[in-house]
Amino acid sequence: MNSNTSLKAFKNGLTTENPTFVQLLGMCPTLAVTTSLINAIGMGLSATFVLIFSNLVISLVRKCIPSKIRIASYIVIIAAFVSIIEMLLKAYLPSISNALGLFIPLITVNCIILARAESFASKNKPIPSAFDGLGMGLGFTLGLSVLGTIREILGAGTILGISIFGSGFQPALMLILPPGAFLCLGIILAVYNMIKDKKGATK
Amino acid sequence: MDYLKEFLSLAVLGVLVENFVLVKFYGICPFLGVSKKTNTALGMGMAVTFVMVLASILTWIVQKYVLIPLNVEYLQTLSFILLIAALVQFVEMFVAKTVPSLYNALGIYLPLITTNCAVLGVTLINVQRQYTLFQTISFSFWSAIGFTLSIVLFAGVREKLETSNIPKYLKGFPIALITAGLMAMAFLGFQGLNF
Repeated sequence: MNSNTSLKAFKNGLTTENPTFVQLLGMCPTLAVTTSLINAIGMGLSATFVLIFSNLVISLVRKCIPSKIRIASYIVIIAAFVSIIEMLLKAYLPSISNALGLFIPLITVNCIILARAESFASKNKPIPSAFDGLGMGLGFTLGLSVLGTIREILGAGTILGISIFGSGFQPALMLILPPGAFLCLGIILAVYNMIKDKKGATK
Repeated sequence: MDYLKEFLSLAVLGVLVENFVLVKFYGICPFLGVSKKTNTALGMGMAVTFVMVLASILTWIVQKYVLIPLNVEYLQTLSFILLIAALVQFVEMFVAKTVPSLYNALGIYLPLITTNCAVLGVTLINVQRQYTLFQTISFSFWSAIGFTLSIVLFAGVREKLETSNIPKYLKGFPIALITAGLMAMAFLGFQGLNF
């Protein structure tokens, strides 16, 4: 029973409730850091770390928090884990820390994390909550990676920093500039809607 | 004279060159969420301006007189977000008691502001760039005006989109994002402005 709900919670985040494509949460980092695949993965995994541990801790203390001040308490718990990941990245992966810049501390106010705390962790047992965090986090990472891959290939002609088209390729610089983020995500969402619609029609 | 010059150059920086929404990507959630009507967009913009300036002043004081003397700068994120959450709650209660008409106009947006990354973002930028108190106030004021400008312009375009004929799969968020992309392209033109 327990492992069943955990698995369901995990799958939920990856597919049916994918934070990027379905719920459209956490748009600021989605648009800002996906100029390359490596940044996207770095951001996604940092958010996953925070999601797992904040969900776990919030679920553990859910019965001691008075409901009136719960949001403030959640934010403090989340901010504590964000500070931990911020310091870890600065110490061990300084290049990623520089590339992501302010968006690392801004994970604190990422709506995905507060939304999961409020709608899942505050109502469920610790283990399923941790798995929910893992699923949502990986779903977020997946969304970021798709966007990051497309923008890096078209905007810079590289993937993970390795050139794939040779020297004759003229990259479309626009895609790694801010407007490219909006345009690219808009088109991905349109394609996603189309696929969902076609799938529904064949069923 | 120096102050005026600084104030104006931060205006160009905050509103155009580093527009929070379209160039820096702070505060995308309210930008997409509350931009269906120009009125609500303007209300949100005003609420954000109010909170952003207050939050910047308070965090500047906390940074200078609490965090640095105690040598605990690593608690920045934690203390700033707590301060913002408390401030928003306080402003909400204060405005509800003293100026009910303003509360009716801004009330529903206030709780949303705690999780608006533009507010936490501006406080962290102010500290990172080591702005003086005057620069902090001007920069956060102008960034908030930049935020308001882009959200109101965007709402204006979206009102027109409501009645236009859009391909089926582009309806809703996709077309909104593409519109924002085109606006961002226009703002990219301001990058060259340097003072």
